[in-house]
Amino acid sequence: MSSRRIFARPARFAAIAPYLWMVLFFLVPFGFVLKIGLSQTAIAQPPYEPVFDLTAGWEALKTAFAALSIDNFKLLASDDIYVFAYVRSLTVALTATALLLVIGYPIAYGMARLPKRWQAVAMVLVIVPFWTSFLIRIYAWINILQHDGLLNQILLALHLVSQPVVWLSTDTAMYIGIVYSYLPFMILPLYATLAKMEPVLEEAASDLGAPPLQVFWLVTFPLSLPGVGAGVLLCFIPIVGEFVIPDLLAGSNSLMIGQTLWLEFFTNKDWPVASAAAIVLLVVLLVPLLLYERLQKRQLEQGR
Amino acid sequence: MRKLSRLSRFNIASLALGLAFLYLPILILVIYSFNASRLVTVWGGWSLRWYHEFFGDRAMIEAAWMSFRVAVSSASIATLLGTLAAVALSRGEGFRGRTLFSGMLYAPLVMPEVITGLSLLLLFVALNAERGFWTVTIAHTTLTMCFVAVVVQSRLGSLDRSLEEAAMDLGCNPVRAFVAVTLPLIAPAIVAGWMLAFTLSLDDLVIASFTTGPGSATLPIRIYSEVRLGVKPEINAICTLVIGLIAGVIVIASLASKLSSSQAESAAPL
Repeated sequence: MSSRRIFARPARFAAIAPYLWMVLFFLVPFGFVLKIGLSQTAIAQPPYEPVFDLTAGWEALKTAFAALSIDNFKLLASDDIYVFAYVRSLTVALTATALLLVIGYPIAYGMARLPKRWQAVAMVLVIVPFWTSFLIRIYAWINILQHDGLLNQILLALHLVSQPVVWLSTDTAMYIGIVYSYLPFMILPLYATLAKMEPVLEEAASDLGAPPLQVFWLVTFPLSLPGVGAGVLLCFIPIVGEFVIPDLLAGSNSLMIGQTLWLEFFTNKDWPVASAAAIVLLVVLLVPLLLYERLQKRQLEQGR
Repeated sequence: MRKLSRLSRFNIASLALGLAFLYLPILILVIYSFNASRLVTVWGGWSLRWYHEFFGDRAMIEAAWMSFRVAVSSASIATLLGTLAAVALSRGEGFRGRTLFSGMLYAPLVMPEVITGLSLLLLFVALNAERGFWTVTIAHTTLTMCFVAVVVQSRLGSLDRSLEEAAMDLGCNPVRAFVAVTLPLIAPAIVAGWMLAFTLSLDDLVIASFTTGPGSATLPIRIYSEVRLGVKPEINAICTLVIGLIAGVIVIASLASKLSSSQAESAAPL
């Protein structure tokens, strides 16, 4: 329609300000990460070399490029700490995402089967904890999991254990924290696809004699795959780079990549190595990121 | 016709357990913030002692004030920019660089915060910007405007476009049609976007740690450094206050959006 096209013209102008903002504060900074990831560590303020100086002309630019080095990347590949950190980040993220799916799916499924009026209430109930601070939610678990915390008190009172169990600084605590923090991100996309599903399909399958479990595996689950994909990506990608949860809840003997990056940056003040670590992390996440972008785009721009 | 009972016992159990899992830890935290005992785990009766302690802690109060200012300013800028971005994406049809634009807007939603924080810091260092209130505000705006854009865009996508077109056929210019018809209809989403931006900013530890300068710590930075040293009852009190503040914002905003959406619905049967 013509009025639609006329409307589009000023709408396009609306892009200018946010476009410039994102280029300056999201895209350009990656250039700096790349540049500093390729420079040498130096004991200076800021602690890296070479400084890129456009005013110094072409010759300076050439020497600057000559000074770029891949030493930081060689270090990352040769030092076991970093290799282990990447492997650990991926394993933790995979395990946690699988746990989230197994725990989140029944909850989302239960929500989708509630009467319509109650579905809205349930959705608000799932979203509200997401609004309370992330750090606070982790802190709440430290309260519960510490040596003489509530969980150990309950276990002792029930005579399930004879001595307090060490929960903090273990992988168990970390997984509890991750599942707790990311659960809404898994539930909501699952619920969105499950709620849209026609109940007639499940009814038809069961009328034709399929037992409930078979109905689930042959009808419900395959139809909910878009939601599964969205939930998995929404959880997996940020968990790989997670810093706060492993830092506060897991032990310090094996680090995730987010933690090593933080350590290099804040403790060792080695900005180039931290930047190189960030670049490798980004490369590792490139495929899931692109998948996620496509999904997001399809969801927001084509279907409803 | 036989109607299957849709809600099985398994459904009810998983819902109940799920909600308990989500709410119990927060509830316990709130209850313990009123504990009189210094030992976090021993119940010593109800008391407001730790709230007094917090209000006497100058450094904490300053950090809380800094966080609040950053959250209000970054949420406001982010709401403006995010809404503009959403309008361009959902009404602008095709324009040059659209793919890059939407890519830049969706990526920060899942990008690990350590990467966003580090890259912004390197930019600020290169620009020789003094780090503090403004650098954190800019960093938070960059992150949260993407959330605003997604929230507003999904509302725009579900709107009936013939309403705007009708306004234009009746002689409105596009800007007027937008302000008179579209804007009231997406107002609840804009409010929700602002709230989301506000809480995300209030919440953020990682990006703020990278982009702030000496002497201007935000509340999460303070809380984090205290929590690393162990559990302190005062932290429970602060956390309860933050939860209360956010709950208040949610209640007010949902009342506001209910009001405006019931008005909007009477104007536009969707």
